[in-house]
Amino acid sequence: MNRILKYVMLDIVKSKLVIGYTLILALLSWSLFSLEDNSAKAVLSLTNVVLLVVPLVTVIFSTIYMYNAAEFIELLASQPLKRVSIWTGFFLGLSAALVTALILGLGLPLLLYADFAMAAVLLTTGIMMSLIFVSLGLWVSSMTRDKARGISTAIFVWLFFAVLFDGLMLLLLFQFSDYPIEKTMIGLTAFSPVDLCRILILLQLDVSALMGFTGALFRDFFGSTKGEWVAFGLLTLWVVIPFYFSTKKFRLKDL
Amino acid sequence: MILVNRFLLYLLFIIPSALFAAHFEVGRDKPHHTLKSVLQLAKDHDTIWVDRGLYAEGNIVIDKSVVIIGRNWPVIDGQKKSEIFSIKASHVTLKGLVVKGSNYASLDDPAAIKVYDAAYVTIEGNRLDDNFFGIYLQYSKHTLIKNNVIKAYGKEEQMIGNGIHCWKSDSLQIIGNTISGHRDGIYFEFVTHSVIWRNVSHNNIRYGLHFMFSNNDAYISNVFKQNGSGVAVMFTKNVIMINNHFIENWGDASYGLLLKEISDCHILGNRFNSNTAGIYLEGVSRARIEDNTFNDNGWGMKIQASCMDNVIHKNDFRSNTFDVSTNGDLVLNTFERNYWDKYEGYDLNKDGTGDVPYHPLSLFSKIAETNPSAMLLFRSFIVVLMDRSEKVMPSLTPDNFIDLYPRMKPVFT
Repeated sequence: MNRILKYVMLDIVKSKLVIGYTLILALLSWSLFSLEDNSAKAVLSLTNVVLLVVPLVTVIFSTIYMYNAAEFIELLASQPLKRVSIWTGFFLGLSAALVTALILGLGLPLLLYADFAMAAVLLTTGIMMSLIFVSLGLWVSSMTRDKARGISTAIFVWLFFAVLFDGLMLLLLFQFSDYPIEKTMIGLTAFSPVDLCRILILLQLDVSALMGFTGALFRDFFGSTKGEWVAFGLLTLWVVIPFYFSTKKFRLKDL
Repeated sequence: MILVNRFLLYLLFIIPSALFAAHFEVGRDKPHHTLKSVLQLAKDHDTIWVDRGLYAEGNIVIDKSVVIIGRNWPVIDGQKKSEIFSIKASHVTLKGLVVKGSNYASLDDPAAIKVYDAAYVTIEGNRLDDNFFGIYLQYSKHTLIKNNVIKAYGKEEQMIGNGIHCWKSDSLQIIGNTISGHRDGIYFEFVTHSVIWRNVSHNNIRYGLHFMFSNNDAYISNVFKQNGSGVAVMFTKNVIMINNHFIENWGDASYGLLLKEISDCHILGNRFNSNTAGIYLEGVSRARIEDNTFNDNGWGMKIQASCMDNVIHKNDFRSNTFDVSTNGDLVLNTFERNYWDKYEGYDLNKDGTGDVPYHPLSLFSKIAETNPSAMLLFRSFIVVLMDRSEKVMPSLTPDNFIDLYPRMKPVFT
């Protein structure tokens, strides 16, 4: 497994796409911090990068990588190796490479310019985002053999979590605004990793507003240490569950 | 000639008063051991020096115009049994004393220093510690309260009084005091023509400063920090507020400055930092709000539809979650030449004013106002999209809620 991890990681690190991803992240964050005199505004823009760009790149890259590595996987499967360890090796290799890219591109300027608590939250959520969407990408690629179909599914997965899910939430909110749906809403956020991450960042970014009546409802929950642990627990589940299903699928798959 | 005249005046008035006014000394190794015994001997205009020591004499009534000065911080202790100083004569001065431990009562509001119906009282440079009310004025005029440190350790609103409580008074000067841990830091009810200057009021349970029915007053260069609900000005007219700092007043019902049913006020050059809401206006009319800065607040300004004829001019709004919000469609106020950090227009003729008018009201602030749980979706992609389209074509927010001449650069940097 370690060997596979090493091969995959080296292979990815050498690929132009990941180097480009790192460079773009770095360029974005450095220029944002040096152009904006107000570092809070730069952090705000980086929040959008973490919530939208990171998942998109991650999910599409990992899906494509898995399809391209199909022959390599076949070769590995013919060796006396457990399929679970092959799959885990790929997952870890992809995650390690993309997380490294994120830390180099986004983490360094964040730690230098933003205040520490904010940087820590943004970076942790960014890392969680990478892990979750690698895991989702693997799942998508394990579902179908057809590359075009796989990639379009990956894009849809991103679109669903980044845009559609919130739209549905908003719709629900308006439709049932006469009912006490606050707790249900909080419950529903568990179904979108992007929302969970966004709320964790929000708690750092908009403290003043959330201290008021409007924020009371989720400040009480997510703002407490218990709530934060629950949120991180849920995010971990978002890594583990898709990975579990994809492993199950891969183990029984006819290559 | 003038010199001679002055000299004659001096001879006639000042020397005699100095000759006839007596000095008393109170202390363990002085002729008098208690304040009460000296107060019986003293006449108007006498001076009483109090040496270091502990004086637990119960309620001390001052009914003569005397000056009482502490040396090396003598402690006057009420032992939680009674009110401490009851000033019932005009021209009394209290200076350099530590006054602590007034009792708690819900009927007659005992205080460390209470002034009953007296004028020209000076309370200066005292330390008040752990009292029910700190300084309490009723029917007082021309009184000076200066450089006192007033501290209490209140936990609940009902169990603690106000730091400086003024009721039905006129022409007061409240300068340079530090007040903490009381219910309201400074409380004004029916107080007119008074000035509150350079005070620091922090960590009080309710308001840092509370105004009710007090017209023609000014408060200038004060700091109000981390109070339960900030500062409230209610049912009042002609109040001037200049150069105050409102900092970190956080909570469900917390505002930097709460304005309710007031008119003709001038709010100039204040700073609102990290409050849940910078200013909350309800039923406010003809106020001028100028040259203020709003930084890092949840809401810079919550201006209810019941406000009219207010002018919001040349203010800076920076990194607030929402710059302004309102609760209706009626807009009777003018926003002009403010700086909004969320403004994205351009300035082709380089006159410092943006060429595109700015709609400061975001759609989402309106949604959150009516539907608080929507806050859960704040800063999500879909909400940002909605806000953008609303900015371009206002349909749900009132389109006359507008700054026609937004500034390109902040007023203060």
